[in-house]
Amino acid sequence: MMNQLRKWMGLIWMLMGPLSMLYLIKTALHQIALHPVTDTKIQWAVFVIVFIPIAIGLCIFGWYAWKDEYKRQM
Amino acid sequence: MSTSPKGIWKVIGASSVGTLIEWYDFYIFGSLATVIATQFFPQTNPTAALLSTLATFAAGFIVRPFGALVFGRLGDLVGRKYTFLLTLIIMGGSTFAIGLVPSYESIGFAAPVIVLLLRLLQGLALGGEYGGAATYVAEHAPPNRRGYYTSWIQTTATLGLFVSLGVILLVRHGLDSDVNVSIQKFNDWGWRIPFLVSIVLVGISIYIRLKMNESPLFTKIKAEGKTSVNPLKESFGHKTNLKMVLLALFGATMGQGVVWYTGQFYAQSFIETVCKIDFEQSRTMLIWAILFATPFFVVFGSWSDRVGRKWIMLAGMFLAIVFYRPIYQQFLDLSDTTIYQTQTPASISEPVVQTDEMNQRTIVTTSIVKTFDNGFAYTQKSRDTVFAGSSKPVVDAAPVYTEKKLPAPVYWKFVFLIFVQVIFVTMVYGPIAAFLVEMFPTRIRYTSMSLPYHIGNGVFGGLTPFIALLLTTINTGDKLVGLMYPIIISFVCLVIGTVYISNKTDPDVSD
Repeated sequence: MMNQLRKWMGLIWMLMGPLSMLYLIKTALHQIALHPVTDTKIQWAVFVIVFIPIAIGLCIFGWYAWKDEYKRQM
Repeated sequence: MSTSPKGIWKVIGASSVGTLIEWYDFYIFGSLATVIATQFFPQTNPTAALLSTLATFAAGFIVRPFGALVFGRLGDLVGRKYTFLLTLIIMGGSTFAIGLVPSYESIGFAAPVIVLLLRLLQGLALGGEYGGAATYVAEHAPPNRRGYYTSWIQTTATLGLFVSLGVILLVRHGLDSDVNVSIQKFNDWGWRIPFLVSIVLVGISIYIRLKMNESPLFTKIKAEGKTSVNPLKESFGHKTNLKMVLLALFGATMGQGVVWYTGQFYAQSFIETVCKIDFEQSRTMLIWAILFATPFFVVFGSWSDRVGRKWIMLAGMFLAIVFYRPIYQQFLDLSDTTIYQTQTPASISEPVVQTDEMNQRTIVTTSIVKTFDNGFAYTQKSRDTVFAGSSKPVVDAAPVYTEKKLPAPVYWKFVFLIFVQVIFVTMVYGPIAAFLVEMFPTRIRYTSMSLPYHIGNGVFGGLTPFIALLLTTINTGDKLVGLMYPIIISFVCLVIGTVYISNKTDPDVSD
């Protein structure tokens, strides 16, 4: 039961990675359009650049979960 | 292969002093963010200046994972002792140098650029320090007391913040017998002293650390020729270890980082900038809360040796998710001035008028300090604009109530509310070093545990005040909207931790 839950939740993490990035990029573009000054651009660019590798990491985590790599609790 | 009880305290003492100093160095920058904004950044737009400072502050956090990679690798190749000696020197040197950088007025844009570079060095050094200290202590500790002994290292991050706040307050008051003159001197040049003091502290710490021995586990694998040839590849290039790194990040350190920085940084920032509490009160509150809560790092670290690490850490995240909004709502309610506006003050100060000439207009700011019978006081600032060619001022907006001084009962309620948040911090943070050490093998431990720790704390945690501030500028209607960030991150981490992490402790870390 728990192993099934761990496996299927992997799909959520795999989806969450790109979705959160999409949301972040959309918000960044919206905010930059509202306040097109250097400060705003730098701040949001930093967020997007920093969080992209983390989102990829979340996808990999989800993939491992889906492939039963976390079958027993670690 | 654990060290004798007497020896372990020497190990903890030497590691903790150095780590505490590194945290002190790192946090004086954050604690002085508003002063630094006026010194190193253009003053045309104060918000831009503050944001730039926070960005510089955030840069120090973002670079921490890179420090974890650089120094973690070094620590797994040449040893723990010399690596965290090096990080200490880099940290101390860059902190001292920040105290020497001329202001924006003197050298223009070179000032913020130099400060940013030094801040990046601080972040790199810190990225290498913590993993080394935690690994070093854990590799000396007996298996059944690993949580207890490493929790002493955990206290240093909070105590570093405590010392930084204490030194700042002492210097701020010690520059002149007249408090106002002393504060003026502090804002002009005295803020440099806490940075310069660092060199003395670092000197002492280097002396202590030079006398330490290498970790027994690392010495053993080195003697056997079993050290890693390429720790980065082994840590992140092999699925067996990478999946543990990802689990440590998403199931533990990500949530732990945001709880840590909300309780100890965002709380102070919120109290000062949103509730508008006086500079000194907002800092002394945090000092008291930290003082009362710090022993709980050891309590929860020690408890984790008996009941496991997982549920203590996750319970801390759960409590944070549930109680953050009520706690911060209390901050707002307790500092609200509405009821005082209809009351007659016990005393009203002489108005202080400040005029600023801008193109085609003059801004007139009038400040009055009102004190009430129960001891509550605030500064009421009204701003009028007089346009060129007109003698009639135009009232800009409703008065702003700042520099609020709370009466003792309310002040202690604030202390209690911060204390509760620091208790959450002690729950998530007390057992985490032992938890991370037990996840990874000796040959790549320094590298493997440092990266998730510093992404969790440096990126997720360190950006908390910055992201929370940005959220409040996006949704101006809800003053608590900034809390959505730590709440969502903690929630995701809580779910992952609950489902995927085991509560079993690993007695053998010599693998």
